[in-house]
Amino acid sequence: MTTLARPAAVEEQAVNKKKDGRGGAWLSLLAWVVGILFVLPVLWMVLTSFHSETNAAQNPPAVFAPLTLEGYREFFSGGASPWPPLLNSLTASVVSTILVLLLAIPAAYALSIKPVKKWSDVLFFFLSTKMLPVVAGLLPLYLFAQNAGLLDNIWLLVIFYTSMNLPIAVWMMRSFLSEVPVEMLEAAAVDGAGLVKTLRSVIAPVVMPGIAATALICFIFSWNELLFARVLTATVAETAPVFLTSFVTSQGLFLAQLCAAAFVVSLPVLVAGFAAQDKLVQGLSLGSVK
Amino acid sequence: MTSVAEQSGTKTGTPPPTPGAARRASAWARRAPLLPALIFMIIVTQLPFVATLVISFMDWNAYYPDERGFAGFDNFARVFTDVNMRDAVWTTILLTAGVVLISVVLGLGIALLLDRKFRGRGAVRTMMIAPFLVVPVAAALIWKHALYNPEYGLFNGALTWIWGLFGSDNPPQPDWISNAPLWSVIFALVWQWTPFMMLILLAGLQGRPLDVIEAARIDGANSWQIFRSMTLPHLRQYLELGALLGSIYIVQNFDAVFTITSGGLGTANLPYTIYQIFYQAHDYGRASAAAVVVVIGTIIIATFALRTVSSLVKEETRR
Repeated sequence: MTTLARPAAVEEQAVNKKKDGRGGAWLSLLAWVVGILFVLPVLWMVLTSFHSETNAAQNPPAVFAPLTLEGYREFFSGGASPWPPLLNSLTASVVSTILVLLLAIPAAYALSIKPVKKWSDVLFFFLSTKMLPVVAGLLPLYLFAQNAGLLDNIWLLVIFYTSMNLPIAVWMMRSFLSEVPVEMLEAAAVDGAGLVKTLRSVIAPVVMPGIAATALICFIFSWNELLFARVLTATVAETAPVFLTSFVTSQGLFLAQLCAAAFVVSLPVLVAGFAAQDKLVQGLSLGSVK
Repeated sequence: MTSVAEQSGTKTGTPPPTPGAARRASAWARRAPLLPALIFMIIVTQLPFVATLVISFMDWNAYYPDERGFAGFDNFARVFTDVNMRDAVWTTILLTAGVVLISVVLGLGIALLLDRKFRGRGAVRTMMIAPFLVVPVAAALIWKHALYNPEYGLFNGALTWIWGLFGSDNPPQPDWISNAPLWSVIFALVWQWTPFMMLILLAGLQGRPLDVIEAARIDGANSWQIFRSMTLPHLRQYLELGALLGSIYIVQNFDAVFTITSGGLGTANLPYTIYQIFYQAHDYGRASAAAVVVVIGTIIIATFALRTVSSLVKEETRR
């Protein structure tokens, strides 16, 4: 697949010599082919999830086999119910995201609109916590949970996910808040607007999309997390990714059902991700790329 | 919290009656919104690292609770002499470098393709992002069972189909994961991370000064020259950023290794190995020592990463 990148650079010359010539058409075709190759595993997962188990396990693949909801029916009512893990994931992701926003927005305010001294040191402290490998904090957290009786408790994950996402959210929110024009803040101050009024009518309209994007990205990261959820939870507080891994080992292999499960678990992330599409880069690059 | 911040809002406007005390109060009012987040982070992320550091100097195995005590540098000595551990370091480097390099190159190529106007550009961009939005465990499971599986995976299925087109009923049916375990993990991760690189590089491309490029073109520079001497230097910091952020995430990868190979066949990276020492061998001392080593390694990479990020974040002194 690496070779695909090279013709792109070479053929680009052709495009520029005669604009919109045949080279351009080839490049567009190439872009489409690459896009389809990348989305193919996702489409294959969705298609297989609607096939019967026999058709799913055929070689060569039965692409046009009749569609059925069998896989989904098996997933939801076959063995262990997926609802408790899904609800656990939802609780952990939503509650931690709310906590993150409550902590990050004021912090970002104190790092951009009315910055403290040495604000960039503080900012980089937050970032540095994100760079230390989480696995190094796993054991102490496990021992703490064991002694405090918090093992297999979803609230422990809520706290951990909050700390995992807080640096990202602080960086993102700072980047969005610094987009608020200084002139607007000054004008509001001259007009004698108090903090609440400034927040509501000057800052909020500018940063609302940023808050939404931050929330969606934090939600995605919490929803995806596997390692800590696997070590710190068991039967009660198990999250959806943990359920997925145990689902395969305990059920043997049912490809259609597995694809249905993978699709159901990924659906919230796909929805959140496409909703945040425009701000995704800014969020993932911690606000440094706009 | 709002009331504290509000005071600061009014105070900055009015001249303070007693300069020293008021300035201090105002400084604290500025700090107040920051403190909850800061304190929370210190407690939840810094304390466990201190604990890890302490445990790394201890003899502590959960299977032998009576033998707990001070171990000096024993755990570190065991970490550095352990063959598994050295393999894990090497695997981590290969895995991280492989995924980052391939996905950066692919991401650059695709970003260049998408930096043109063509019919369906938005649709292609959306298709490209999709792999990044599949839950990592789900993606790893799909790659393992629906794509790599030697009997009914899509790859071998496609081989059967293509060979069938030429009338052959004896297509090659490799067992991808057993034949090339590390590459299997690398490709599944490249698929997930290329969109990330592509997005960052596309943003970089769209921030190019177009008038300068147009001027160069008028002066007779061809596309390759423009790419070499203008686009690439402009993209440099975006390439660095993508590679460094990617490294930080992929060094820590657990999901793909755990799911696709369960760390077998020489694919156990450091996070997986530490997980095993701690979760299966219950050797807390050794797991902590390994974790400390990983932290030190990460700090070295992170120092470079921080420098890159800070060069991108332009010092804002306007407030």
